Amino acid sequence: MEVLVVFLPLLAFLVAGSIALFGGPKAEPVPAGHGHGHDHGHGHGHDDHAHISHDELHDAHDDAHDDHHVVAGPPTPADRTAQFVTAGAVLVSAVLSWILFFDVAVGGHPRTIELMSWIRSGSLDVSWALRIDQLTAVMLVVVNTVSAMVHVYSVGYMAEDPQKPRFMGYLSLFTFAMLMLVTADNLVQLFFGWEGVGLASYLLINFWYEKPSANNAAIKAFLVNRVGDFGFALGIFAIFVLTNSVQFDAIFAKAPDLVGQKMHFLSWNVDALTVTCLLLFMGAMGKSAQLGLHTWLPDAMEGPTPVSALIHAATMVTAGVFMVCRLSPVFEYAPTALEVVTVVGALTAFVAATIGFTQFDIKRVIAYSTMSQLGYMFFAAGVSAYGAAMFHLFTHAFFKALLFLGAGSVIHALHHEQDMRKMGGVWRKIPFTYAVMWIGNLALAGLPIFAGYYSKDMILEAAFASASPVGKFAFALGIAAALLTAFYSWRLLFMTFHGKPRMDKEVYDHAHESPIVMLIPLAVLALGALFAGIGFHNLFIGHDMDHFWGKALLVLHDNNSIEAAHHHTPTWVALAPLVVGLIGIALAYIMYMAIPSLPAKVAGTLPGLHQFLYKKWYFDELYDILFVRTAKALGYGLWKSGDGAVIDGVGPDGVAAATRDVAARASRLQSGYVYHYAFAMVIGVVLLVAWLSMFG
Amino acid sequence: MASWPLLSFTTFLPLAGVALILLFCRGNTPDVVRNVRYVALWTTVITFVLSLFIWFNFDPRNPGYQLVEKASWIPEFGISYHMGVDGISMLFVILSTFLVPLCILSSWEAVQNRVKEYMIAFLVLETLMVGMFCALDFVLFYMFFEGVLIPMFLIIGVWGGQRRVYAAFKFFLYTLLGSVLMLLAILAMYFVAGTTDIPTITATHFPRQMQLWLWLAFFASFAVKVPMWPVHTWLPDAHVEAPTAGSVILAGVLLKMGGYGFLRFNIPILPEATEYFAPLIYTLSIVAVIYTSLVALAQEDMKKLIAYSSVAHMGFVTIGMFALNQQGIEGSIFTMLSHGIVSGALFLCVGVVYDRLHTREIARYGGLVKNMPKYAVVFLFMTMASVGLPGTSGFVGEFLVLLGAFRDNTWVAFLAATGMVLGAAYALWLYRRIVYGKLTKPDVRAMFDLSPREVAIFLPLIAVVLWMGVYPTSFLSITSASVGQVIQTYQTKLAAAHGGETGGVSVAAR
Repeated sequence: MEVLVVFLPLLAFLVAGSIALFGGPKAEPVPAGHGHGHDHGHGHGHDDHAHISHDELHDAHDDAHDDHHVVAGPPTPADRTAQFVTAGAVLVSAVLSWILFFDVAVGGHPRTIELMSWIRSGSLDVSWALRIDQLTAVMLVVVNTVSAMVHVYSVGYMAEDPQKPRFMGYLSLFTFAMLMLVTADNLVQLFFGWEGVGLASYLLINFWYEKPSANNAAIKAFLVNRVGDFGFALGIFAIFVLTNSVQFDAIFAKAPDLVGQKMHFLSWNVDALTVTCLLLFMGAMGKSAQLGLHTWLPDAMEGPTPVSALIHAATMVTAGVFMVCRLSPVFEYAPTALEVVTVVGALTAFVAATIGFTQFDIKRVIAYSTMSQLGYMFFAAGVSAYGAAMFHLFTHAFFKALLFLGAGSVIHALHHEQDMRKMGGVWRKIPFTYAVMWIGNLALAGLPIFAGYYSKDMILEAAFASASPVGKFAFALGIAAALLTAFYSWRLLFMTFHGKPRMDKEVYDHAHESPIVMLIPLAVLALGALFAGIGFHNLFIGHDMDHFWGKALLVLHDNNSIEAAHHHTPTWVALAPLVVGLIGIALAYIMYMAIPSLPAKVAGTLPGLHQFLYKKWYFDELYDILFVRTAKALGYGLWKSGDGAVIDGVGPDGVAAATRDVAARASRLQSGYVYHYAFAMVIGVVLLVAWLSMFG
Repeated sequence: MASWPLLSFTTFLPLAGVALILLFCRGNTPDVVRNVRYVALWTTVITFVLSLFIWFNFDPRNPGYQLVEKASWIPEFGISYHMGVDGISMLFVILSTFLVPLCILSSWEAVQNRVKEYMIAFLVLETLMVGMFCALDFVLFYMFFEGVLIPMFLIIGVWGGQRRVYAAFKFFLYTLLGSVLMLLAILAMYFVAGTTDIPTITATHFPRQMQLWLWLAFFASFAVKVPMWPVHTWLPDAHVEAPTAGSVILAGVLLKMGGYGFLRFNIPILPEATEYFAPLIYTLSIVAVIYTSLVALAQEDMKKLIAYSSVAHMGFVTIGMFALNQQGIEGSIFTMLSHGIVSGALFLCVGVVYDRLHTREIARYGGLVKNMPKYAVVFLFMTMASVGLPGTSGFVGEFLVLLGAFRDNTWVAFLAATGMVLGAAYALWLYRRIVYGKLTKPDVRAMFDLSPREVAIFLPLIAVVLWMGVYPTSFLSITSASVGQVIQTYQTKLAAAHGGETGGVSVAAR
């Protein structure tokens, strides 16, 4: 059964992939000079025809906020097969996951299934294995449930896209990689899933590959994640050097002995566990879009909306949180690292919320909201409230997927409009979507009985009650972010559904509720947003907590912030999230319903601050100058000057030319080109490093 | 089976194909040309099948040389015809015999003039490559090692692009210069050991000062072959001008001769010098990884870009090798094998579009996924393997190399690991410019997807990349024992030289 859960999606991917490659209508290459796509008759002309209509659309639209693509005819049998196979496989997987959840987590029967050996070299021994413990069981449920809903939803959402099998295949590939990630029994398999979901994310962001913005966003996502993975990989090496293993149980067994041990890392002698955990956390920061490595997530909204719901909200981006919780038996012994996790998480929660309330693209608002909520999960983990972090991951998956899919339903209704400035007043037209968006926002803002109420409050209380020196700091930023969360959520609701319609009349008239195949997933997720909190809080963070998590999470006695929160939380702390939430809603009501002219005035009085937030704290601009341009310029310069002028100039070509133009070349050395100096610097670094490593 | 000379058969079987072509394929009619192609293809396929028997007869637990053949050749000078493979060389033999049939197949339509000579050059090249990896006598080794230059020089110089003569000479002069020094080193070793037998010389102790000079002489030859920064500039030119199949062999096998040489000679024969010079290798390799990755980012020519990426990948190889631990060296061998397949496949990917549009300029392409979806999948797969995505062969090698390096020196691992990011940057940037975007140019629109012949070339490559990525144990189990022995030899000799005060031997076992 465990094997089925994980490998059914892979099978589905292979089937859908084959259909996409060999089964679908093929684009006939049009010979040069020949007219475009006049051959509808025999079923081959689809793509060409679609291609042209796409071009026309693109000219008419500003593509900066266009979730729209090509228009295709009715689904072919091949499309239907792909949809049926992928959605069916993941649905079966989801059902099996719930069975596993009740058996493994609720019943308390964790297990590990060895599949086969993977990498064996010296004392390094890595296996393919499926580790199904409580932590995994929770993730299985989250991943497969949301994935199944997104698969079903996509059948409706992508109905107009000519490349349905490819889309469904990618979704299933993602699901498989994510399942390999959460069932990993060692760090290397975790890394396999980690990079696998990165690949799937890259492909899905790039699904509409004709848009340059999508191409760039996909590359950016992959590269920023790679920066995180750079740290992750080094962390794995450090773990192996320290424990001589990469298998979880072996690592966990050794971790307590490593407290206080020093390690020579780079040129310094540092605390081994701290540096190891920080390196691993760098990977988590990349995947979970934490401050500094977050810039890819908003851009990832270039992908189709179901992708945003599945990958960039509910599952993949939470992998970092999962990783920290999975490694709690190591992180617990590295208090400094935990403090860093707390601070980064708290800052992310706050900064993302400040950006979120200035954006106008409905998907980007939700994306920043996701980033902010991930921050909450991290500082929960940072104060050792792993149960609360996982619980928030669990509830967040439902309500954030719901919000994204709801936003998708709005976009679908409004003929692929994503700019909230061109929405408004449609709540009567799409009442069901409107209702589920309310549910999602109530859950996100953490109003009582809704899912987020239980998880987010516990996080804030645990941060307050925690013994960690930075707990109060996280609590303060968390409360501030909670205010902003409520504000931007209702800003979104009001701008989207209320007020005067701001779109073209034609679009407004054609606004329509989504088909039933999209509404069912919304309903299921809405149930999750309603009951995931109230139904499971006892297990995740309540009385049954210790029994529920078993050995999957480790919390040292002194660090047990959830326990502390249960006992010593002042009333004002428990009430604060709710109060600021209500204030946020009220503010949003005043600014966007009662006095709609107010936001412009506020922005007008503080233009600098507004611009700073609207431009997302200028991270993109900074990174562009620091890394992107620099790398390209360095590459070009080293090529022309290093390889060209210096190496070849002095070497092969130079020997021949030396007799001819010694003088000419000597003057070129002082040309003032920055690359020449860069090259000289490289040589300098070479000599320095050589000297250091030989004699240092 | 082991009673008959399997290695010699595998080595010289391609020459039988040459004889067939010379004897029976006269004239230049289309029929004759077709026959030449088929003879070459069948010869190389049979050679490959034959080479698989080497694998079947190989005992992975035995770290020493196997399937050994030894015959007296020039007894007055202690020179013999000595062939054999161990866990280090065996897989390179298979790699060579595996790639050559695919090269023949890829040249099926691309090469139209002097087909006979072209096929003969490839068959001779195969003999020399396989012989080089099997040779256990320095004179024999040197003949094969240098001999490889000649057919390669001709392949670039005759069937290459516009600047082929410049590229061919650059290639030839660079590599020859290094080789001359190696010849001197071999002579010097002969005067000490009194033989050119490699296993005997490996057991010989050379004085420290002599080791340093010998090491540098070998280094001159192998560093050019690898190629290491800063003697790499012949490679981009050679690749750009070489025909597709030439690039495949160049990247797939010829570059590995340098790495193989380091591993076979420098490390076990000259351990004290190896210890002394390891920081130099580290430094040059790190520069190679970072520098050439950045340079690759700026390339506008597809082949140049992949050529530079090869330099960066070979930087990983030398880093792992000189980490001198089990993971590092096994990782570097694995990276060489993987790079042989993946970069070969990438050059074939370039060849596919080059055959259709006759340009390597990246900007001329764009949007190919629309009309060449199969090609897009293959190219993406190989790009990901090159980037080192787990599940492909690229990951296993890179991971082991970096792990080995980390155990030895965290700075090295740290700096080399930046190659993970930079490598992804240039590879994805290349892929995006060629495959994604809008399909607008009319001549690019007219390009057709992979033909069955091209699919037949790529399928085995994809299968091997996946196999190496998902179940690398098949390959690591072969290298394990021999690598362990190399480390053992290295540590023991070093301990003896240092008066036995190092506790390194126990580390070797890890």
